[in-house]
Amino acid sequence: MTSLALTHARFRILETIRIPIAVVGGAFFPAASMLFFVVPFAGDNPEGATFATASMVMFAVMTSCLFTYGVGVSEDRAQPWDPFTRTLPAGPAAAFAGRILAGLTFMAISLLPVVVIGWLFTAATTSATGLLLALGAVVLGALPFTFMGLAIGYALPMKAALAVAQIVFFPLAFGGGLLSAPGQAPGFVETIAPYLPTRGAVELVWAAVGDFHVSATSMLSLAAWTLVMAALAAWAFRRDEGARFS
Amino acid sequence: MLARTIEVSRRYGDTLALDHVSLDIPQGGVVGLLGPNGAGKSTLINLLVGLRRPSSGTVELFGGDPRAPQSRRRIGVTPQETGLPSTLRVRECVEFVARHFPDSVPPAELLARFDLTDLARRQTGGLSGGQKRRLAVALAFAGRPSLVFLDEPTTGLDVQARRALWDAIRDFADKGGTVVLTSHYLEEIEALADRVVVVGHGRVLADDTVGAIRAMVGIHRVSISAADLPDLPGVVGVEQADGRTSLLTPDADQLVRDLVHAGVPFQGLQVQPTTLEEAFLTLTSTGR
Repeated sequence: MTSLALTHARFRILETIRIPIAVVGGAFFPAASMLFFVVPFAGDNPEGATFATASMVMFAVMTSCLFTYGVGVSEDRAQPWDPFTRTLPAGPAAAFAGRILAGLTFMAISLLPVVVIGWLFTAATTSATGLLLALGAVVLGALPFTFMGLAIGYALPMKAALAVAQIVFFPLAFGGGLLSAPGQAPGFVETIAPYLPTRGAVELVWAAVGDFHVSATSMLSLAAWTLVMAALAAWAFRRDEGARFS
Repeated sequence: MLARTIEVSRRYGDTLALDHVSLDIPQGGVVGLLGPNGAGKSTLINLLVGLRRPSSGTVELFGGDPRAPQSRRRIGVTPQETGLPSTLRVRECVEFVARHFPDSVPPAELLARFDLTDLARRQTGGLSGGQKRRLAVALAFAGRPSLVFLDEPTTGLDVQARRALWDAIRDFADKGGTVVLTSHYLEEIEALADRVVVVGHGRVLADDTVGAIRAMVGIHRVSISAADLPDLPGVVGVEQADGRTSLLTPDADQLVRDLVHAGVPFQGLQVQPTTLEEAFLTLTSTGR
């Protein structure tokens, strides 16, 4: 990690925390989803609540990545500050890394209430090791969505980026089985899920917090999605020349 | 040679913004890029600083591709539009930019040089347009550049702030720095530039000293006080100001003779070479 990446991260974090409601807003959605969808339905069953909390964490992570990066990058590109920073002597790596570090920071802030609600109001349970492993799993699982968001943000103008992020996130969440417990999803979802990055990501978290064994197919496709999305994001960044008007 | 373009063209869809432009930027001096809106000045700068890729032709910056980060280590840029992250403080913006360069100016020193010390703790969103502009220009100098690109640096500044900025730019050039400058204010080009490149319709129409550009067009201003003037041959422009009439003509001697022959009563005859602005308007209107 270069110090320039840390510089980018630091200033991005500074920019956002000076607008506190943006931070609160990011934390609200996953916390509210927990309260409305997990607490009433799976709250009493320890295993179900644990897996459901884990799914909700991944759902929040994916949504946050697609929107923070997809819409955020696209919005930044329309501002004159962005082309200015591109005249500075630094390649894409520092800006990418800085953005991701800042994104992870805010993701952590928004996930904290989910975990706290899971702990206080449901029967969800895990060990300290499990929690630590889950943290690693979330970071790994967030990668393909981070790159996907970046690719969307760099490739599309803001309104298009918003639409694409909205169109992409639901099939990924539902198709990947985030909205059901392990093995409980409708048949066709169980069939396609292993090939979607959401499934691999949530399997990592499930395995971290509970008794679950990840499937090789899901892991391979998670790795493949991560690599392809990283390449796509890098390609979109390189071809980007700021917001285009014609 | 610090930077150059060789036969560079750039299109946006159907629009040809630059049409086979070849331009050399050697070390030292201030190059003024002059041209009406849409002439291709900003596109040219965007190509030179690596923001855009040419559709055809070659762009070089310190011998390399401007899109490679290491080629941009010795440049500074002030874009035409001032966009600063509104929640960041002035000093933070300076620090952010400075960290990209191996040998940057200490932020306090840079702020002092551009008279921004008192604003260091302010968020940029709360600055006036002129203050933002001053910061945007200061940022171009953060990395101790040897070549700076200033795209309309003093737009929106009052006269005093503009003069202060001119001093800073001139000071940089006097110490061996090279400046590429675009401006709407011809006064600014005349005050700062050693060399003027006139761009129109995506091409370089003229590339010479300020004096030579003026002489090349050879238009003179014959100004008189007169009540009524007949149509006179060879007049390419007429302006009225402060009760005086200015006639623009390529042949001032003949015009004066014609005035006398026509028996027009006039007073206070003055013959002057035109300003750069008039030269520039003539060049760009006939450049097609």
